[in-house]
Amino acid sequence: MKQTTHSPGSGRTLTYAFRQSLPVMAGYLVLGIGFGILLNAKGYGVGWAFLMSVLIFAGSMQYVAVGLLASGASLISAALMTVMVNARHLFYGISMIDRYRNTKPYRPYLIFALTDETYSLVCSGDVPEGVDQNRYFFYLSLLDHCYWITGSVLGALIGSLFTFDTAGIDFSMTALFVVVFLEQWRSTENHTSALIGVGASVLCLLLFGPSDFLIPAMLLITLLLTLLRGRLAQA
Amino acid sequence: MNQIHSILLVAVIAAVTMLLRFAPFLIFGGKRKTPAFITYLSAVLPCAIMGMLVVYCLRNINFLAGSHGLPELIACAAVAGLHLWKNNTLLSIAGGTVLYMVLVQVVF
Repeated sequence: MKQTTHSPGSGRTLTYAFRQSLPVMAGYLVLGIGFGILLNAKGYGVGWAFLMSVLIFAGSMQYVAVGLLASGASLISAALMTVMVNARHLFYGISMIDRYRNTKPYRPYLIFALTDETYSLVCSGDVPEGVDQNRYFFYLSLLDHCYWITGSVLGALIGSLFTFDTAGIDFSMTALFVVVFLEQWRSTENHTSALIGVGASVLCLLLFGPSDFLIPAMLLITLLLTLLRGRLAQA
Repeated sequence: MNQIHSILLVAVIAAVTMLLRFAPFLIFGGKRKTPAFITYLSAVLPCAIMGMLVVYCLRNINFLAGSHGLPELIACAAVAGLHLWKNNTLLSIAGGTVLYMVLVQVVF
């Protein structure tokens, strides 16, 4: 019997996307569960975890968002914080313009779902023979999105079913950033930018205090990187 | 009131995130060439931002009182050590977090 409902290679594309996405599945389930538990510990249950993971779908930002929600931050400071934490997406996007140019009809969703992990998968080489590249990008993004939603909902459920001392669980966010910082450190030869990021932030923290240092730090980092452009751009 | 503010917060965060993801495609998606300054920032900014976020996470440490920031420093060192040793992101995060929870709940 012949299958006529699918274009050739559709099943193979899904299988390939699923296989490629397995490392992200493990990561998103664990990080998602951590997020769900944390969110639940601050008094926001399963519905909130689901809503945030569907609509925001940005790991580090959702961890930061828990703090913003719990402290009742103003909308302006939440917007500024989002710009700073997610500014890197601007740069992912810039490097994806060509790769995502002819990906209709999936393009809007691909752009919406371009997380750090999906970005790293999409960037890692060409697809094999018989795999529809655009559809592969779409399945990857969708699978990753599903893992993230599943993880965060599971986390919120675990947090509400079992009562355990969650003091210190916030550290999972610190640990995530330390790991990404290390990864970036190892993948670059010139560490000036990383050192500027830490140094300028510590300086502004000392000058402005914990609740007001982030915006000055961001400005100082951009200023220093702009001034050092001549030297850093060559490296 | 609180509920509404929370919903608005989620909406703002989602909208700004989406805006950041779509902006490059809307601005540079045509035939125009990406400006060199933007390309430069896209190369150097991520490392600096990640350093800033690490400092942000540790912003409330008080070295002069309480536990003097020891649990944070020990757990960060453990994350870095684990990661350099095993090179497994999940292990590094889970290991460091569990250690930190034990440190703040039991030790300090």
